Amino acid sequence: MCAALVSAPLALAQDATEAALEKYRRMLKDDPWSNPGLLDADRGEELWKTKLTACDLGKGPGKVEGAFAELPRFFADADRVMDAETRILWCLEKTGFNVAAFLRSPHPAGGQPVKEVGAIATYVASKSSGMKFAAPTAHPKEKEAVALGDALFNRRAGPFDFSCTTCHASDGARIRLQGLPLLIEPAAARKVIGEWPGYRVSNAHVMTMQHRLLDCYWQMRQDRLVFGSDASVALTSYLVANAKGGEISAPSIKR
Amino acid sequence: MNRISSYLVVAGVLVAAACTLGERKMTVAPELIDAALKGGWAASTPEWLARHTQDETMRLCTQYNNEPPKAVAATIEASARASIKYPADGKLIGDWRQGERLAQSGYGMRFTDYPARNPTGGNCYACHQLSEAEVSYGTLGPSLLGYGKIKDFTAEAIKATYEKIYNSHAVLPCSNMPRLGANGVLTPEQIRDAVALLMSRDSPVNK
Repeated sequence: MCAALVSAPLALAQDATEAALEKYRRMLKDDPWSNPGLLDADRGEELWKTKLTACDLGKGPGKVEGAFAELPRFFADADRVMDAETRILWCLEKTGFNVAAFLRSPHPAGGQPVKEVGAIATYVASKSSGMKFAAPTAHPKEKEAVALGDALFNRRAGPFDFSCTTCHASDGARIRLQGLPLLIEPAAARKVIGEWPGYRVSNAHVMTMQHRLLDCYWQMRQDRLVFGSDASVALTSYLVANAKGGEISAPSIKR
Repeated sequence: MNRISSYLVVAGVLVAAACTLGERKMTVAPELIDAALKGGWAASTPEWLARHTQDETMRLCTQYNNEPPKAVAATIEASARASIKYPADGKLIGDWRQGERLAQSGYGMRFTDYPARNPTGGNCYACHQLSEAEVSYGTLGPSLLGYGKIKDFTAEAIKATYEKIYNSHAVLPCSNMPRLGANGVLTPEQIRDAVALLMSRDSPVNK
């Protein structure tokens, strides 16, 4: 009885809060040309055209159009499944790019622009904008990556005992005021996975999927996720499999 | 019965079946997971590496998708209960102002928090509503507004609250809530401050 009396006005307050948040999100998306992430996509295009015209993202050397929509995928030349960022780094390595130095600090600090690999990934993703996720799953290694990602997504560990599902298996829940997408369900995954890479207003830079995953593990009080590791690619394979058929809208603009 | 409602019945049966299955189908070899864990995280020190190693409770909660069958739940509950340590002086209720501070703080144990510049927080507001004044609260956990009042401020409820925060699995096996005491996130003294926030008559939680 007590609980019922307490919760009725609360539900109203919660709806009002949610409505205000939704308005803020809508305002961010109202004018797509106001998205600073487009500048990073342009920078990425320049980098691609000067360094990576021989890079095969799965659709042939130098072909960018629609490639992101079919990643992650198995690459025979590397004998592993790769997401866009991992593949771009693999291609850059062939041009003499210092991979070891990059891996020491692959992501921008707050307010700093996204690094070269991320800028190229933003460009590559933007060339699949409006298309639907259709990562191939025929190769056994591709199937394995999705299954591994599923296992990691559900695996509880660390001092807080968190798995990804701790936050992303409840519908409509929030951390503080931030809504949490129900990433285990295709309907919700299709809506949000295609928004990465996205310009994150609160960080003032483009955040890529590799960076986003690292950030989750930071919150989960687990260790730094290694850029391009099998674990990072598998998590992306799993999320993209859940988002299959969902539209890509990268670079998006996020809170 | 029309067609739509018979679909609903079928869907309901399927959902019920899925819910009773519980156990995760392991479609990937444990060795593959171990290899991915090894290469996936920077793990520069044994302490960080240890964070990826599941104890028996986490292994079972993962295996059963956080819905353990009765016998497994009983094992988890018993080991959680055995883990609980109380403050040396036996006092289970501390200072609610300190409790509010740690409920607000998400600082600590993240890979950028070393060396630690602040005490580790409990981050309670991330998941729970606690006071009327703080509107930025999460909803992964239940609202705790008026918690002490609802529990009538009894000594039993104070003890149960301390135990729940120390090791949530002693109350709800495979709870989503961190084992804040058992995992060494908060000290027994910090936990009793959090108890005070929930169970003191003058705390903003009970205003």
